[in-house]
Amino acid sequence: MKEIYADNNATTRVDEAVFEEMRPYFCELYGNPSSMHFFGGQVQRKINEARNRTAALLGAHPEEIIFNACGTEGNNTAIRSALEAFPERRHIITTRVEHPAVLTPCRNLAKKGYRVTELSVDGEGRLSLDELRAAVDEDTAIVSIMYANNETGVVFPIEEIGAIVKEKGALFHTDAVQAVGKIPLNMAESTVDMLSLSGHKLHASKGVGALYVRKGVPFRPFMVGGHQERSRRAGTENTAGIIALGKACELAGQYLEDENSRVRAMRDRLEAEILRLIPNVRVNGGAAQRLPNTCSVAFEYVEGEAILLLMSEKGICASSGSACTSGSLEPSHVLRAMGVPFTCAHGSIRFSLSRYTTDQDIDTIIREIVPIIQHLRELSPFGREFLAKG
Amino acid sequence: MWEYTDKVREHFLNPKNVGEIPDADAVGEVGSLACGDALKLYLKLDEQKERIVDAKFQTFGCASAIASSSALTEMLKGKTLDEALNISNQEIAEFLGGLPEEKMHCSVMGQEALEVAIAKYRGGPVPGHEHVQPEMAGEVVCKCFGITDEFLKKVIRENKLHTAEQVTHFTKAGGGCGGCVPQINALIAEVMGEQPKEEQKKPGKLSNLRKMQLIQEILENEVRPLLWADGGDLELIDIAGSTVQIAFRKACAGCVSSGYTAKFVEQKLRDAVADDIRVEEVEG
Repeated sequence: MKEIYADNNATTRVDEAVFEEMRPYFCELYGNPSSMHFFGGQVQRKINEARNRTAALLGAHPEEIIFNACGTEGNNTAIRSALEAFPERRHIITTRVEHPAVLTPCRNLAKKGYRVTELSVDGEGRLSLDELRAAVDEDTAIVSIMYANNETGVVFPIEEIGAIVKEKGALFHTDAVQAVGKIPLNMAESTVDMLSLSGHKLHASKGVGALYVRKGVPFRPFMVGGHQERSRRAGTENTAGIIALGKACELAGQYLEDENSRVRAMRDRLEAEILRLIPNVRVNGGAAQRLPNTCSVAFEYVEGEAILLLMSEKGICASSGSACTSGSLEPSHVLRAMGVPFTCAHGSIRFSLSRYTTDQDIDTIIREIVPIIQHLRELSPFGREFLAKG
Repeated sequence: MWEYTDKVREHFLNPKNVGEIPDADAVGEVGSLACGDALKLYLKLDEQKERIVDAKFQTFGCASAIASSSALTEMLKGKTLDEALNISNQEIAEFLGGLPEEKMHCSVMGQEALEVAIAKYRGGPVPGHEHVQPEMAGEVVCKCFGITDEFLKKVIRENKLHTAEQVTHFTKAGGGCGGCVPQINALIAEVMGEQPKEEQKKPGKLSNLRKMQLIQEILENEVRPLLWADGGDLELIDIAGSTVQIAFRKACAGCVSSGYTAKFVEQKLRDAVADDIRVEEVEG
């Protein structure tokens, strides 16, 4: 069965050009970039190129890029680093809708005696800057707020947030795993101090990521025991992965326009058609500024896992904020934080597109989703009563 | 992705007996929209009002909830009400070739709906289930999902559950805010304490040395593995006469329900070694 892949916020297909770029660095050019000989040296040069390419996408200087293993590592490193750099500051600010890679370290730190503020969001998933302004103080070491939400695609006003954070001298980190490659970034004119990104979310391979650390920002490494990445991230480099990430960043820059025109148009059409053809549907975060590729729709009176599995039977890959898919029992913390009504929190599905998505894919999704929702509502003891009322 | 059996897939993709029975003799409804799953079960009896001639369902929920409902309605046809009441949630799961443990609550929901339907038909008290007037039987333990202690004890007993995580998988209790997990642990200890005593043969008069050996064996082989399952542990500090001193480790250390756990350990040792054993929790 040919898959229709609409789960690009989970992971993406490695671009062929990226794969070609990394391919020689397994069996042929396997040298260690730290070695003195020519064989390692040629890999070192390729890593430098990857650093330049990654920096270019972010509008950063190459020496501000630290390659690592994943977005999670970047997030953990940034938060720890800030706390070590400002030991006298004991306050952390984040949001209730962060990825667990930020929320869990923050909650663990709360158990160790740090004060942690989790900012709330409104029904559309938007932050209140006033709430942030009231929370940040001279005790705040770091504010870690995601660039864009992985479930709803809601984009936060990062530069306005950064300006508020700077007033009190705290560091500002953003988890930009979902934003890089989807929205233009320019660290040269930004208030961001640290930014995490992940390779496999932008058509590079899994197991590679990067942390941007602005020049002059105090930094304490998480991994020590080697001089790699100028001693800021010890451990032999994932050479092929880093080279893949560099190429993927170069391509992401070229596709940025496509992402914001063609991909956005497909997303908008998918959303409009679902809303037109299916009653009792809402778009989570629909009124907020969002990533061009993400669409989170809540179908009332049906349960997400059942929708996903029926779509999967038709080859359609999406994901859900539903509890039943994750092994937990409550709907996603993001939807709960947004106060999505309980009638539909269990039936939220996320479609996330990419440059590989085609108009035919969108046609198929629209064609298949309508009878699936209808079928599940017919099975449901609520579906008919409620729909009849509506 | 969940590993579902072919039977679950079959009953999910092509569920049997979907719909309502307008002139049903018995109707049982459990669950709610807020909880993420709900089941409404309809039963039609024969003219003597003895055997179930038709069963239909409506389910809001995940694939295994739909498959469990479909399986239950198939199992019910032709059974008397008493035979139907004997269907356990394990049998529903077995009918489907098994369910992932995290999804066992779906089979429990099927059995609950059945009990409610038959109890309402017979006009007796409705069993204290999730969302069914919890005050009717027992006290609400899990406030997130409205689940009572009586119901939890029944499921713990019937399914031989011994960790809070398992109880969550089977009933959802504790899966929301997690605030009731200590109470769930206490209920597990209580149910374990009520296991028939005659199963365990208590030795007669023991030498001190043998007694100490036995205590160590019980702690190593029967108690600590249960604690490990919950991320906890204990250490034997000393045995002085009949007093056994233990210190809790890992998740058990500082756990609000460690008092219950100490009681549970004491009961275990009394059952297996001697009636006069006293367990003391010490810092160490």
